[in-house]
Amino acid sequence: MKRLSLIGYGVLLLVACVLPFLVSEYRTFQFTLVLVYSIALLGLNILTGYNGQISLGHGAFYAIGAYVAAVLMDKAGFPYWATIPVAGAVCLLAGFLFGLPALRLEGLYLALATFALGVSLPQLLKYHHFEGWTGGVQGVVITKPDAPEFLAVLGLPLNQDQWLYFFTLAITVVMFLLAWNLLRGRLGRAMMAIRDNHVAAEAMGVNNAMVKSLTFGVSAMFTGVAGALGAIAIQFVAPDSFNIFVSLTFLIGIVIGGLASIPGAIYGALFIQFVPNIADEFSKAAPWAIFGLFLIGFTYLMPLGIAGAIRLGLARLTGKEHNSQPGKP
Amino acid sequence: MQNVGVRFGGIVALDDVSFDVPAGSIVGLIGPNGAGKTTLFNCLSRLYECGSGDILFDGSSLLQVPRHLVAGAGIGRTFQNLALFRTMTVLDNIMVGRHSRTGTGFLFNSLRLPVVVREEAATLEKSQTLLRLLELESVAQARVADLPFGTQKRVELARALASEPKLLLLDEPASGLNHEEVGVLGQLIRDVRDRLKLTVLLVEHHMSLVMNISDHVVALNFGRKIAEGTPAEVQRHPELIQAYLGGAA
Ligand SMILES: Nc1ncnc2c1ncn2[C@@H]1O[C@H](COP(=O)(O)OP(=O)(O)OP(=O)(O)O)[C@@H](O)[C@H]1O
Ligand SMILES: [Mg+2]
Repeated sequence: MKRLSLIGYGVLLLVACVLPFLVSEYRTFQFTLVLVYSIALLGLNILTGYNGQISLGHGAFYAIGAYVAAVLMDKAGFPYWATIPVAGAVCLLAGFLFGLPALRLEGLYLALATFALGVSLPQLLKYHHFEGWTGGVQGVVITKPDAPEFLAVLGLPLNQDQWLYFFTLAITVVMFLLAWNLLRGRLGRAMMAIRDNHVAAEAMGVNNAMVKSLTFGVSAMFTGVAGALGAIAIQFVAPDSFNIFVSLTFLIGIVIGGLASIPGAIYGALFIQFVPNIADEFSKAAPWAIFGLFLIGFTYLMPLGIAGAIRLGLARLTGKEHNSQPGKP
Repeated sequence: MQNVGVRFGGIVALDDVSFDVPAGSIVGLIGPNGAGKTTLFNCLSRLYECGSGDILFDGSSLLQVPRHLVAGAGIGRTFQNLALFRTMTVLDNIMVGRHSRTGTGFLFNSLRLPVVVREEAATLEKSQTLLRLLELESVAQARVADLPFGTQKRVELARALASEPKLLLLDEPASGLNHEEVGVLGQLIRDVRDRLKLTVLLVEHHMSLVMNISDHVVALNFGRKIAEGTPAEVQRHPELIQAYLGGAA
């Protein structure tokens, strides 16, 4: 099973590498967004899927990441790549600080608190005292980066969209590796232990408060990095593009993709990027009704998410009785 | 254990209870339902605050120790109604049991530095030893929730042992087991005690088990200690007979 999934990831990476040479620039841009969303979903999945803390406000961290990148590029002359670690660090801190008081809240109450964060942040971004940096309702426009010159010298001329895709892909791979490492070790187990039985986790020596708030920080960091990459890809940030719908979409993404599953973040990202488009093509009049049908269809047919369905399918194929447990990266 | 008292609102769950648990011994803790046995365990693992009294472990007070450091201090436990990580595998449950014996943080784990790799290898090896000891190898990768009750009880015991406790608290390990399994369990507890040089505090309603393997027995009723001594002495104690037969429970 382990070897099988390694081969799976290898093939996936290969496909990801040739993809931009096979499809149009616009599609390349869309796949860049899939990568961006997969990092954001991975972040939310670490928190909600692995640690059991529900967030209805992760769009806020996505927005913070995006604005950090935009403001640093626009006002401080940062090169686009240098904004990524800063956005991650800012969100790590923001998430940790939000996670501390949120420790007192469980389940739906935490969902409400994070919802409050998600709805209020876009308004804060419009606040006129911050306008000097954030551009108020107008937002900030950023320029699209060119591929570095050495690639052309090496005989690998990439257009802007292709370059941005590969840049995002490289960061996606790094983020997924970090998450995989974290989740398969003692702290990943501690996160899941807290989710399954927090009293027993503490009796085993897990510092629940510390692990939960740091998990919140790490989760926000992933989503913030995604936000920064998303801003660079879209070349524009404005408060209204980060409304509460973004947070809800992320939650939909991790449930459809598969809770507590690393590849689930990729499936979920494909879903939230392409299914609204498909719905739009079906019916211009009522795309959300079609989207809703897709949503119900997926949850009905794949109660464990796409990742769960694939796991079950593979288990049947290889003929091995394999448990369909979530939580195994 | 010195003069420990616990109240919940008007209910006095433990009233001025004192006794010693000598190192290396198996001490049985008995008493009718609601006597306060589990409450006493919860004081030891700091889930409940003692209203009065003090608990000394290895010469120092436990009452200053935060909950998550109790395991590291050397106290492992099982729960009366099983408190396993149900969606995780048997092996992962046991590996969580070693949390207090490992120490790498978020950053090192994310980068999977060599120290993490070494620590994980050691954790895995220890956990596999416990899988063998408790005959759980065949279900190592099974989800705990999918296993029969008796097996889950063994998983919980393995998880408690994973932290290499000096003192092991067992809350009704025999409940739900059949006669034969109880016999095996008694042998196992003694075995483990001898092999791992443990001290065991055993809460159990199964009298023959308690009387067979305990070196010392403490009896509680309505939160008060009513008898203490060797199994033979306690069995003859009039107040205990009264508590069990006299309809007081
Ligand atoms: N968290 C709590 N809140 C209120 N009352 C409690 C709580 N925990 C225990 N009690 C009460 O304290 C008393 C002692 O309960 P405890 O669970 O310690 O009994 P026990 O000896 O373990 O019984 P059993 O053999 O049924 O497990 C009971 O009256 C119980 O109702
Ligand atoms: Mg009890």
